[in-house]
Parts: sequence; structure tokens; C-alpha cells
Amino acid sequence: MSFRRKHLLGLEGLSREEILEVLDTARSFRQVLDRPIKRVPSLQGATAVNLFFEPSTRTRVSFELAEKRLSADLVNFSSVGSSVSKGETLRDTVRNIEAMRVELVVIRHSASGAPHFLARHIDGHVVNAGDGAHEHPTQALLDLYTIREEMAQLAGLKVAIVGDIAHSRVARSNLWGLKAVGAEVTLCGPTTLMPVEIERIGARVCHRLEEGLEGADIVMVLRLQLERMQGGFVPSLREYAATWGITRSRLALCAPDVRILHPGPINRGVEIANDLADGPESLILDQVTNGVAVRMAVLYLIRSGTADGGVAIEASGEGQSA
Amino acid sequence: MTHPDPKAPAPITDPRDRAPGRVVLDAAGIERATTRIAHEILERDPDADDLVLVAIVRGGEPVAKLVGAKLAELCGHPVPTGALDITLYRDDLRTISPHPIVHSTELPFDVEGRVLVLVDDVLYTGRTVRAALGAIMDYGRPRAIQLAVLVDRGHRELPIRADYVGKNVPTAQRENVTVFLREEDGEDSIQIDEMEPEEP
Repeated sequence: MSFRRKHLLGLEGLSREEILEVLDTARSFRQVLDRPIKRVPSLQGATAVNLFFEPSTRTRVSFELAEKRLSADLVNFSSVGSSVSKGETLRDTVRNIEAMRVELVVIRHSASGAPHFLARHIDGHVVNAGDGAHEHPTQALLDLYTIREEMAQLAGLKVAIVGDIAHSRVARSNLWGLKAVGAEVTLCGPTTLMPVEIERIGARVCHRLEEGLEGADIVMVLRLQLERMQGGFVPSLREYAATWGITRSRLALCAPDVRILHPGPINRGVEIANDLADGPESLILDQVTNGVAVRMAVLYLIRSGTADGGVAIEASGEGQSA
Repeated sequence: MTHPDPKAPAPITDPRDRAPGRVVLDAAGIERATTRIAHEILERDPDADDLVLVAIVRGGEPVAKLVGAKLAELCGHPVPTGALDITLYRDDLRTISPHPIVHSTELPFDVEGRVLVLVDDVLYTGRTVRAALGAIMDYGRPRAIQLAVLVDRGHRELPIRADYVGKNVPTAQRENVTVFLREEDGEDSIQIDEMEPEEP
């Protein structure tokens, strides 16, 4: 029993054992999703609030389903038209919600570190659903789960993450997670979208797609985040698609049993060709189904967790004790 | 598998490492008990057409195997057997920390209309069986649910009773009942020993 954390704020610092325990637990919850009654009473009496300060449909719905399938009660909070627009601080928003006896908070926020801030100021459990460009741990966990179910093992796999790495919290969480379980990661993208010195975290970096795809067992395609890019990072969508789009001919460079993942939503014909998004190599829809199971596992495990490791920002980067 | 007092923290030592306790049922006794349970099941349901066994993971699995084998011999056809993990249905998830490990549930049949016999090794407070009932109901509506246990050690906390019992063993709450079955432990026996007294 390795996973004792009270919060899930990121994958940085999680041990291989902790991650595998989440994946193993998710397997049981995945079974629940195939039953006629897709529900277990494990979180009965618990209340969760989905605090989404950034727009999201898929992640929020995924968490909502996970909470309902665990028999928890839930409330959704989106910042549009709420007290936040009247100038309320994050801390006050949450303290008010906590006063209503909500013990699980799932938060998505544009500021990196917002979940950590929350965890320091409330008594409840916090799950990071995406903070700035920092981490999106449940996405990475469901990616790892999907890969493991398909490929049977994670250690030694060659994973290429392609696209806008600079703005991607999904890439960062996956990098931490894949390293922890022993996979080899290559980050591949234009120099304008690659964070400086990211190779120091332990990935191979390359700026030529063909080089990055060679021999890859898994290709994780990132979305070109048009809504975040204001500063001329790519000349045009067409040029990006021509140079960096994953097509069938480029996929031929990968390992013969290569599989494709994408966190969604897909820009068809831009970062990934249509036939690949829907083809036999694509695990994209599996990711969505597995996402509910993985989020159920996370909520189930942190609910009884007591270890506060990872909350103090100054401690990040060092090994965090369970 | 040990079933320590639910109010006390679980002992850390593996019971198989401790000095052997008092044997309450030896290999021959277990053999006779499972044979008798199989006979009693068929007495109530002679056709056994709709009969299925569901072992409560993990203690019930080897017992279900023994009973299932005897049933197959007696009625001439295999009896479908499944395994049910009740961890997610426990009534103490809010209070115990960390959560126990969740195992797999495999029910390779439809429970609708079946005579479903739950099988476990030891019946104690009855909370495990209550959780199992909740779990089974989420799969469908059996015609009947019955309960077979190898050992009934008393101290029920809920109004639950077994239909088929291998042996009634009165115990004190500070005692542990451990079931050793050849599959896992190399020998068949049921032993009682005292738990170490807890630090105040």
C-alpha cells in the first residue's frame, strides 16, 4: 500500500509504486464501468466540488462521472458569472465552499500552483485538474493506464511526445510519470514551442519530427493550442501541419505496433491526420473511457490519504515522502 | 486468511510466521465439512440447474473451489463459479486509512434468476456478507442468495446468518481464526491463536 497522499497535485515526485497502485486500482473501477449498474457506494456521503476557473467540458464531465459512479455528491462551479467575477479571491471562494462541508475539491486554474495554494489553506482533499502550464496529473495517469492496458508494460517503452510542449501541462505530467515508470521519453516540436533546458528533466529533445518518431512505440500528439498562442510561434496552421502533422507515412517510421494518444480535443488535419485519429492505432477513445476509471481511482485513494507531501512549493523537485 | 477483531488495528506479522495455534479443524475435518456443505446445498436445490457459487475474495476462493469440486462430483456437471471483491462496498471506508487494496471481481454468468451461494472462509461480524449482498444486487436479481462458510466464529454485529456451516467455533474477540488451505499454504487446517495485546 504505497499511495497515502492526501492530495494529487502533480506527478512530479510520485514514486513508481504509487503510480502503479493508482493504475491497478483503476483497473477495478474500469470493470465497474462495464456493469449494468455503473456505480459503487465507496464515496457515499462525500461531497466534491469541481472548481473550474478555465473552460473545460471533457475533463469536468469526466470528473463528474467519476464522482457520481462513486456515489459521491457533487457541485460544479465555473468562474463565469460567479462571485469571482465580482472580485472574490480564490481563497475566499474556497473557504466559502468548504464552509458548506465539501471535502473533495477538483480544481482547474490558469495559475500554476493554484492547487498547491488551495491545499495549504483548506482542510479538504485537492485534485489538480490542470494548473497553468504546470501539471495535469489525472490526464497523464489515464495516458499511462491506457498505454499499460494496450502494451502490457511501461518500462523500456519509447514514447514520443509531439507538438506544443511549451504550453502543455499534459506533456509535463506525462514526462514525470513516464520517467518514474521507466519509459524513455522524446520531446519533439518546433524550437519556438519547446521550453528551454527541458532536457534537464530527463527527456531527449529533438526538433525534427522524423527523428523523434523513429522507433517510437507510442506517439502522444499534443493539440496546437490556438487560444494560448498570441506571439507568432508558428507561421501558419498549414505550415505546422505540413512539418509536424502526424500522417500515415510519418507513422511508418515508428515501431510496427505503434499506438497513438491525444489528450483532446483534436484539431483534425492539423496535428494529426483524419485517418489516423480514427484508425486502428488510435487509443484516443480508450483514453476517454479510461479517464473516468482513473479519476475514480484517484478520488478513492486520496479520500483516505493523510500524507501532505508536495504541498509546499519550495519542496518540489526533491523526493517527496509518501 | 486472518479475521482479527475489526475494532483493533490489524496485526503486522504474517500469521503463518507465528507459532501454530490451537487447531480447530484439521485436513480431514475440512474435507468432511466441505463434503457435507455440498450435500446440504444439493438437498435444498436437488436440480442444481440455476445454482452458482460466488466466492468472496480472497478467503472464500479456495473454499469455493473445494465445495465446487464436490458439487460437480455429486450432481454430474460443473457448477459455475465466480469471485466477488467487496472492498468498494465496505461500510468502513470512511474511517479506515489507508484504503485496502481493491481486487478483481469476475462473474462469468448472469445472476438474474439464479440460486447464488456466497462462499467465505470465516463468518464473524457479518459486515463482509452485507457488503457482498450489496454488490450482488448491483449485478442483478438472483432468485435466492444463500451463504456457505467454513467456520462461524460468532460475534455477529448485523442480523446475518449462514445457511451452510462447516464448523461452529466459539471464540473470544481477541482471538484470531486463521484458515490454511493447501493451495496457498501447503496444508489444510483451521487454527485459533491469540493476538498480541495492543500497546495502550
